[in-house]
Amino acid sequence: MDLTFTPEEQRFRDEVRAFLDASLPAPMRHKVLEGLHVPPEDTVEWQRILFRKGWGGPNWPTEFGGTGWDPVRQFIFEEECAAAGTPRLLPFGLKMVGPVIQRFGNAAQHARFLPRILSGEDWWCQGYSEPESGSDLASLRTLAVRQGDHYLVNGQKTWITLAQHADWIFCLVRTDRTGKAQAGISFLLIDMRTPGVTVRPITMLDGGHEVNEVWFEDVKVPVENRVGEENKGWTYAKFLLGHERANIAGIGGSKRELIRLKRIAAEERKHGRPLAEDPHFAARLAQVEIDLMALEITNLRVLSAEAEKRAPGPEASLLKIKGTEIQQALTELMVQAVGPYALPFRIEALSDGFAGPPVGPGYAATLAATYCNMRKASIYGGSNEIQKNIITQMILGL
Amino acid sequence: MHFNLTDEQRALSDMVQRFLAQEYAFDARRKILRSPEGWSREVWGKLGEMGLLALQVPEEQGGMAPATVETLLTLGAMGKALVVEPYLSSAVLGTALVRELGTPSQREALLPALATGERIAVPAHGEAGARYDLSRVATSARRGGAGWVLTGRKAVVLHAPAADLLLVTARTSGAPDAEAGLSVFAVPTGSPGVKLIPYPTIDGQRAADVELAGVALPGDALLGQEGQAFEGLSAAFDLGVAALCAEAVGVLQATLDATTEYTRTRKQFGVPIARFQALQHRMADMLMHVEQARSMSFLAAMHAASTDAKERRRAVSAAKVTVGQACRYVGQQAVQLHGGMGVTDELAVSHCFKRLLAIELSLGDTEHHLERFITESK
Repeated sequence: MDLTFTPEEQRFRDEVRAFLDASLPAPMRHKVLEGLHVPPEDTVEWQRILFRKGWGGPNWPTEFGGTGWDPVRQFIFEEECAAAGTPRLLPFGLKMVGPVIQRFGNAAQHARFLPRILSGEDWWCQGYSEPESGSDLASLRTLAVRQGDHYLVNGQKTWITLAQHADWIFCLVRTDRTGKAQAGISFLLIDMRTPGVTVRPITMLDGGHEVNEVWFEDVKVPVENRVGEENKGWTYAKFLLGHERANIAGIGGSKRELIRLKRIAAEERKHGRPLAEDPHFAARLAQVEIDLMALEITNLRVLSAEAEKRAPGPEASLLKIKGTEIQQALTELMVQAVGPYALPFRIEALSDGFAGPPVGPGYAATLAATYCNMRKASIYGGSNEIQKNIITQMILGL
Repeated sequence: MHFNLTDEQRALSDMVQRFLAQEYAFDARRKILRSPEGWSREVWGKLGEMGLLALQVPEEQGGMAPATVETLLTLGAMGKALVVEPYLSSAVLGTALVRELGTPSQREALLPALATGERIAVPAHGEAGARYDLSRVATSARRGGAGWVLTGRKAVVLHAPAADLLLVTARTSGAPDAEAGLSVFAVPTGSPGVKLIPYPTIDGQRAADVELAGVALPGDALLGQEGQAFEGLSAAFDLGVAALCAEAVGVLQATLDATTEYTRTRKQFGVPIARFQALQHRMADMLMHVEQARSMSFLAAMHAASTDAKERRRAVSAAKVTVGQACRYVGQQAVQLHGGMGVTDELAVSHCFKRLLAIELSLGDTEHHLERFITESK
């Protein structure tokens, strides 16, 4: 057993760090490190910067234009990006539909869709959940009826993250209503500009607009936009969910936020002394740090199993649960750290360049909104309750 | 020992709940939140007509004090409806401060107008860096001419934009955290040198930071005795904490009710999700938090007006700890059990969640009251 990185891995880390130092624009870094709103242009621009370096697909094999990095290198890359404060790469193309197209798509689909994901030309979103189908995803009802060389799609998807910016949506649709629910689902790629596609915003509890409803009304989708076989979509969806969860621990991001929390605790005062010296607060902070240390090793164990060609398995659920619990605990402690100054809520102050009169320390302005917003983490990507079901069934065999 | 209400108390509670059910439904509240002022003078006027603003005003000035149980019943109903008007700030905290600290002539001058709702007076106490220490006040008051000059900055003054009068704590002598040397001044918000930086709070209330740049006040702006405000301030704030705990119980119950209702109707895997044992146990835990919080809100109420300051502080802090923990658990679990719907602005549950967060952070958070409980238990 060796819990340290190899010299090659260390050199790789240095290379990534040097690249980030040189290439990450300062305004982007500022927004991420201060917890401010990151506009879509930054997300796209960062993808393009990586693409120009040849790193547009950090998790993709070389045959599709990716870096061909093993899981440990991917982890190091993500960790360094998080620490440096890069915008988050959009997972919908790179980590979700990309790997599905690579694995189950045909050559024409490879050529048509994959390069545009790498270059940042296409923004993808994920059309899975429906109003009546959340945790019980297989019960989905958006209907695709085959008519010659196209499908006619009708239905409603919900919780579609950043659909307002998307060029394409990958959707699970029902193509067979007769047999078992899982056996009648297909995987369609739909151009968001197709007539009959409507995006409606959902306002979140922090006032933000991140998710949407997407409605399909007699939307014509060419059959060539179906990935893999008809009625086999559930298999592809499960493959994708495994990939989504493998990256959901968010170790790098939590490490960055832990550093930010420590910085805040050093600034804040309690009884006239730095909050960081308060034993109650220090103990709570230490507990989160220890949880994060444990999760990092667990994550590396999962990655090393993956590197030995074992696909991400049910242990990804453990990473999702603990990862999101830690992310949420960090937002709680930040709110606690600033105390009364967590209460002011000026929605304009969540964006860079807010020039209104200051209220409290600058870092306090976003903390309560982030705390509220991050309640989503234990709900999305398969709620933590569903993850526990997976653990009890798939790992414990109960 | 009995926990029964008198007929009059029950009638008052029913009246407030009926009124709020009619005038303060979710959509009506949403409209109020989005209005420029962010609160409703019309609702405020009606609260005054019902006598609810007079509960902490002594009989001599046209009120009903001490009406602790009535105050808590009112706030419980307001919690359920997520009322954003300055009830706690003015009708409880502001009124209690004037009552506790004011001279007879000051009480006569101020309390009758507070009792009717004609005027609104809120405490302006917190400061950056003071966190929740009641005695840590850097804002200074110096004698100038026949009166006083105030200089300093107050942080997160709830409902300051709605107020006619700020009850500003200021140091007239002593070390920055000394109990002795604290005074309270009644400062009209329009006074030269008073500047408000207004903003909404995370739970949709309105507040402001207040700059006091050499604010000149007449001699009688000082409430009561110079440098002697701490005990009265502490008593008023403890009453405020008890009232806040009562409000919290109203919010908590509404949050639990919304959750059981949602899980009974939301179906996944062919059954209402309320049928899943993992979720049932979660809701059982929520209920235990709500009931423990309710019990402690009663305890706080019984001790809120106690003259034994040590015993009062112990009880009030114990209540705020229990309530704060309930706010955290019940709020988070309610959102979780609502799934995606819980993190939208559309349902009442996210509004309850944010109010529970704000309650937890107001008038001393859980850690603050845990520490105070330890100190007062020595």
